[in-house]
Amino acid sequence: MKSLLARTGLTIALIAGMALPAAAHRTWMLPSATVLSGQDPWITVDAAVSNDLFYFEHVPLRLDGLQVITPDGREGKAENQATGKYRSTFDVHLDKPGTYKVAMAGGGLMASWEEGGQRKRWRGTAENFAKEVPANAEKLQVTENFRRMEIFATAGKPTDTALKPTGKGLELVPVTHPNDLFAGENATFQFVLDGKPAPDLEVSIIPGGIRYRNELGEMKLKTDKEGKVTVKWPAPGMYWMEADLEDNKTSVKQAAKRRASYNTTLEVLAQ
Amino acid sequence: MRKLLSVTLTGLAATPAMAGEMAVTVEIPRLDVAEYHRPYLAVWVEQNDQAIANLTVRYDVQKRDNEGTKWLKDMRQWWRRSGRDQSFPIDGVSGPTLPVGEHTLSFDTAKGPLAALKPGAYALVVEAAREVGGRELLRIPFEWPAKVAVSQSVKGSSELGTVALAIKP
Repeated sequence: MKSLLARTGLTIALIAGMALPAAAHRTWMLPSATVLSGQDPWITVDAAVSNDLFYFEHVPLRLDGLQVITPDGREGKAENQATGKYRSTFDVHLDKPGTYKVAMAGGGLMASWEEGGQRKRWRGTAENFAKEVPANAEKLQVTENFRRMEIFATAGKPTDTALKPTGKGLELVPVTHPNDLFAGENATFQFVLDGKPAPDLEVSIIPGGIRYRNELGEMKLKTDKEGKVTVKWPAPGMYWMEADLEDNKTSVKQAAKRRASYNTTLEVLAQ
Repeated sequence: MRKLLSVTLTGLAATPAMAGEMAVTVEIPRLDVAEYHRPYLAVWVEQNDQAIANLTVRYDVQKRDNEGTKWLKDMRQWWRRSGRDQSFPIDGVSGPTLPVGEHTLSFDTAKGPLAALKPGAYALVVEAAREVGGRELLRIPFEWPAKVAVSQSVKGSSELGTVALAIKP
């Protein structure tokens, strides 16, 4: 049991924080700044699950699986991690010039079946599926998901090394640099699924500050055949961008569908 | 510093008599606020959204460990167009903040940042950002090189007073 927990710890943590019904809540990370100057810049990041953007009103985002990618593509540190009632926080020391990516990614398989009239549930990886889920499980239902959440911050000149996609799940490939966004200008992003362009994908962009207005202000865009969308930023501020899809490229044949999702928080500066 | 200045002056004297001058006058307005800090100020020449020449960047250069550079990004257009590509201080461009009043900066058109300016349409851009205050950006378009003496000005509404550009061919 212990080893199972250890192996699936990430998945469980992610599910606790992230794998909520898509329509119910929004998961997000909010950086204190995205464009920085100076000798010793830091950012602090809030992370939460909520209805309204960007307010702490539901549950904190669990920080398991948090990753910092430094401008040279190496693993960095998320310091001073803490989780409170409504939000988690952590700091990133931008001790090298260039662009940092902070990511939380993960997922796996979820299975449920009946055993002697009892409902059994399991979460884990494709490798463990055959070992841990009985081959003859009755009324077996298996779903697969992979979620990714990212934010970006740049000290000095924007760079691209940390932005390279991993090739797993749904990801954003910036055409316009994510830390070079200005109100009234266009920005183009490419979405890729397992490293390949994701065409016809619906992308939702919602400005923060929902509490103080009546309309959601959502912009719905669709990726072209290269997986690209272009948005013209209507106003400065923090925006939450999200996309998800379902396909049948599952890692075990018992899973009928795979769900992949991506979200990021982008800062748009005033002219 | 003194040595550098004298070299510059000698250099100036040695340039052909036909060399012109660009004078940029920036007025830092007196503001009735409880907490006042002199604004950070950037003056540059742009063309098609590109910074072509940095004329001056004024920030808190006195702070220990170059700490004053932390707020340079508040001049967000200049930061984007030029600042983020630089290391600080920038030789011959960085300087201390300016007090309330009118300040004229003169540039020899045959030397320094203006010498390499190709003929065309440009804009002089002045951006000011003040700690616990606001930010303002002003532009004055101009043609280069000037065939006759040109003098133009714009008036700021918050962080900048009158900004004037005078070019003598």
